[in-house]
Amino acid sequence: MELSNDIQLEMYWMMLLSRRLDERAWVLHRQGKIAFHISGIGQEAAQVGAAFALRRGEDWVTPYYRDLALMLCLGYTPRDFLLALSGKQGEPTSGARQMPSHWSMRKANAVSHSAPVATQCPHAAGIGLAIKMHKEDKVVLTTLGEGSTSQGEWYEAVNWAAIHHLPVIFMVENNEYAISEPTDKQMAVASSADKACGMGLRGISVDGTDVFSVYRTVAEAVADARAGKGPTLVEARMYRLTPHSSDDDDRTYRSREEVQEAKKKDPLTVGRRILEEAGLLNQAKIDEMETRVKEMVDDAVKFAEQAPYPEVADAMFPVYAEEVHRG
Amino acid sequence: MAEITMIDAIRQAMDDELARDENVFIVGEDVGKRGGVFRATVGLFEKYGGERVIDSPLAELSIVGVGIGAALYGMRPICEIQFADFIYPAFNQIVSEAAKMCYRSNGEWTVPMVIRAPYGGGIGGGLYHSQSVEAFFAHIPGLKVVIPSNPYDAKGLLKAAVRDPNPVIYLEPKKGYRLIRGEVPDGDYTVPIGPANVTRQGSDLTVYAYGMMHYYTLQAAEKLAGEGVDVEVVDLRTLYPVDKQTVLESVRKTGKALIVHEDNLTGGYGGEIAAIIAEEAFTDLDAPVRRLCGPDVPAVPFSHPLQDWFMPNPDKIAQAMRDLAAY
Amino acid sequence: MATKVIMPQLGESVVEGTVTTWLKKEGETIAEFESLLEINTDKVDTEIPSPAGGTILKIIVPEGQTVTAGTILAWIGEPGEVLQAEPAAPPAEPVEAKPVEAKSVEAKPAEAARDLGFISPVVARLAADKKVDLTRVKGTGQGGRITKKDVLDYLEKGEKAEPAAVAAPWETPGEGDLFRPTELQFGAGEMSAAGLRQAQPATPDQPAAPAQPATPAQPAKGGEQLIPHTTMRKRIAEHMVNSKHTSPHVTTVMEADFKRVVAHYEKNKDVFARDGVKLTYTAYFAAATATALRAFPLVNSSWSDEGVMIHPQVNLAIAVSLGAEGLIVPVIPNADGLSLLGLARAIHDIATRARAHRLNPDDVRGGTFSITNHGTSGSLFATPVINQPQCAILGVGAVQKRAVVVEGDAIAVRPMVYLSLTFDHRILDGASADGFLAKIVDVLNNWPD
Repeated sequence: MELSNDIQLEMYWMMLLSRRLDERAWVLHRQGKIAFHISGIGQEAAQVGAAFALRRGEDWVTPYYRDLALMLCLGYTPRDFLLALSGKQGEPTSGARQMPSHWSMRKANAVSHSAPVATQCPHAAGIGLAIKMHKEDKVVLTTLGEGSTSQGEWYEAVNWAAIHHLPVIFMVENNEYAISEPTDKQMAVASSADKACGMGLRGISVDGTDVFSVYRTVAEAVADARAGKGPTLVEARMYRLTPHSSDDDDRTYRSREEVQEAKKKDPLTVGRRILEEAGLLNQAKIDEMETRVKEMVDDAVKFAEQAPYPEVADAMFPVYAEEVHRG
Repeated sequence: MAEITMIDAIRQAMDDELARDENVFIVGEDVGKRGGVFRATVGLFEKYGGERVIDSPLAELSIVGVGIGAALYGMRPICEIQFADFIYPAFNQIVSEAAKMCYRSNGEWTVPMVIRAPYGGGIGGGLYHSQSVEAFFAHIPGLKVVIPSNPYDAKGLLKAAVRDPNPVIYLEPKKGYRLIRGEVPDGDYTVPIGPANVTRQGSDLTVYAYGMMHYYTLQAAEKLAGEGVDVEVVDLRTLYPVDKQTVLESVRKTGKALIVHEDNLTGGYGGEIAAIIAEEAFTDLDAPVRRLCGPDVPAVPFSHPLQDWFMPNPDKIAQAMRDLAAY
Repeated sequence: MATKVIMPQLGESVVEGTVTTWLKKEGETIAEFESLLEINTDKVDTEIPSPAGGTILKIIVPEGQTVTAGTILAWIGEPGEVLQAEPAAPPAEPVEAKPVEAKSVEAKPAEAARDLGFISPVVARLAADKKVDLTRVKGTGQGGRITKKDVLDYLEKGEKAEPAAVAAPWETPGEGDLFRPTELQFGAGEMSAAGLRQAQPATPDQPAAPAQPATPAQPAKGGEQLIPHTTMRKRIAEHMVNSKHTSPHVTTVMEADFKRVVAHYEKNKDVFARDGVKLTYTAYFAAATATALRAFPLVNSSWSDEGVMIHPQVNLAIAVSLGAEGLIVPVIPNADGLSLLGLARAIHDIATRARAHRLNPDDVRGGTFSITNHGTSGSLFATPVINQPQCAILGVGAVQKRAVVVEGDAIAVRPMVYLSLTFDHRILDGASADGFLAKIVDVLNNWPD
């Protein structure tokens, strides 16, 4: 489970790429160039840590809408994201049918999801069931917010996975807010990991701002799952540094001081400090990374601006599998 | 060819498909050792084992949600909802997940699954063991909705549903489980999803029905034949997508249409048939389109006289036919 | 409006009563509930309180006479009030007769522009596509509506097409004349439908008949159009005038409460339908009439110079509309021996065959009394013309919900129907005619469950 230096730097790079893309989305929205953005800023460490614990492309993922960094790790590109933000032709997850950040990537076994929360969790259990029936050593990672753990969909999915010892990792990205509601409006326990004990699976809470901590925790859970030891509930604790979405104004429900305080634990800052202390990262390397990121993001913006909108005639299809024209 | 009951035909279809394709499995409450509360899966647990005939937790949402996950993986789940009345907890998974998966992923993901549910009244089941739910699902692009009216179709349609690459809602007229008998070939065959079936040729008027009401309609049509009224009967079989061509061909011939279902009148499936006829066969009409349906009360009452009041039956159907014939 | 005093039915099994003493004389005033007369029945001797306050206009049943329950015994009204149903008022008669004649004469020429009723989309399309003049197509649907089948039959067989009798033809409105001479339908014993049309008598054209008193000449105005008489029109006119000239027509009107009949109908129509019989109100009228004819044999008769011929059989003639062609009056022999089911079946049979021009000559002969259901076209009451040589004809009005005063002076909504009896005043007096009509009313009012 030891990570090579290159891998550690790559993990930082993925966080940085996700952050700058996400920030650019906010800018584009405020410029009136895109209609909507839902942000993952502050959650990059958990997503990248978990992604790197998987056999990417072989294991399965049922993600949720804040998982930009997770999806980038699975092969999603800045160009893909900008096409989604602008609703342009060639958008790969849904053909620009879904709002941005509603992921899908078949080649990475990342399943399409919807907006009602926790609906992806039973799918993860079902995929886990299928893996078990096929006697394969794959695992499923499903991600969700802490608000989603209030849903029956989540409880039923966890219950299934626990009963049948399915290879599923439920990773709760606890960013302390479900839109405006703090955690104590969602649960009476201190940690969503505490919910595991009544349902017959392991529950672990981890610092979600430390990409390497998350990696180690999820990697253990994955190893257990592959070994047939069943599911694990992982809570990654973090803070949602932005409003819920581009339509939200978080000043109506939380103070600026609280947000400023949380920024001290920004996952990029945490990751940079760890890598600098390990001697893997310095200012020159960071500058180089930032330059490359800016180029990529600029390219993606330009690419999406020049892309055409989808043909209206295509909106009629594909409702049924028979209407799918692959390739 | 052997004459068997509906329930036997349904069981045979599942037995055949379990034997034919190892990706097929059954999941639901009491489907395993008990063989289903209606005994639809009797013997299958013993034959195929608990891993393919799975006793689920008592939670309809995840029976379907887990089924969707397995289907995404490539399995062919047959999900049994014990009574159609209990399907609503799974409504979100069916309508917002299974039905929309193909479209929202632009064809990347499809959900080949069957959701079986016994529906309909006349068995003393009261409000929560008698409901007809077809109208909810026949409103949803992405789903296919089929209702057999006889053992031959029951077997052939279920086998077709299992092999279909889309989510199929397969509603079973539970009153007819052991009442309706018919000849069913021993070998492999399917009844294609889509085409309606003209089960009785006639010239005076057309009655559109399905499931138990189709059975009653044929009886009423025989009675009317003795009175000199020549009734054509169309068994819709597939409610969604509807076979417009057969619907229109028949009414163009007879000029008069009666739609019979036991579901409530208002917003019921009959309204859609009436609308299709009104829109596309207006100048073929020789009488107003009529509907004979369950009354607009919340569900079928328990007490027998009240139940009889609710349910259409051969006498009520015959009278509706007479009235329309006399127009 | 005068109030009837009727013989009450005193007990379930009691069907008649005898007037023993009138306590008041004609012209005297009486208060409501004051004793008016004494009667005697098999079970009870009692005084009858007056149903209304006012003057005793007319005592119809004298002391000592026995009449059936429901028979009108007397009339009470305002002083000087003239009784509408009083038959002995000759001046009223021609006045009443005129509109009937005028109406029947006017209705026919308008044939080409007759109201086609509701035209369904498919009928409209077929008519447009195939250039069908719908006024030439017979309607067999509800209320005479032209159905798709009617048009297809017309296209297939031309005007000679005989549409299948989908709806009961006697339920369809007539088109003016109440009767069509049987010889028009069966000229010189010809029976076939083809022969029927060829058998229309080649009567030479006659000049316009100013002799017809019921057809007042219209003052000429600009734009008038003369519609030449068809042979059929002339024969109908002859028949009508002949009847009017033969017997002095008097019409009396009563009303029946259809509540019990409607209830019985609703309860039994499906039962009858199971036996392949379409139950209609006409069957009830026929049943009640047959019963009344048996009770009043004098009505089931014909006038001759030698005497009144009482017919031993009750042969009911029922007017059946043939649409634009006119009407025919097939006969149900021995109708008094048939149950309601039997009557309904017989009516269906003759009417269907009438529409199909498959009646035998015997089917239209030997009628002893006629019924015409003009209510199907909305008529409340009419003064039908007697079908010679019969004594009387019953006209049946539309069944109509009306507010009526019922027992206890309560106002109730009841399905009511006017029954008009036109009778030959040579044979019947007003009282006996009223007694007969009251019997029909009584049977209908008290239709058993």
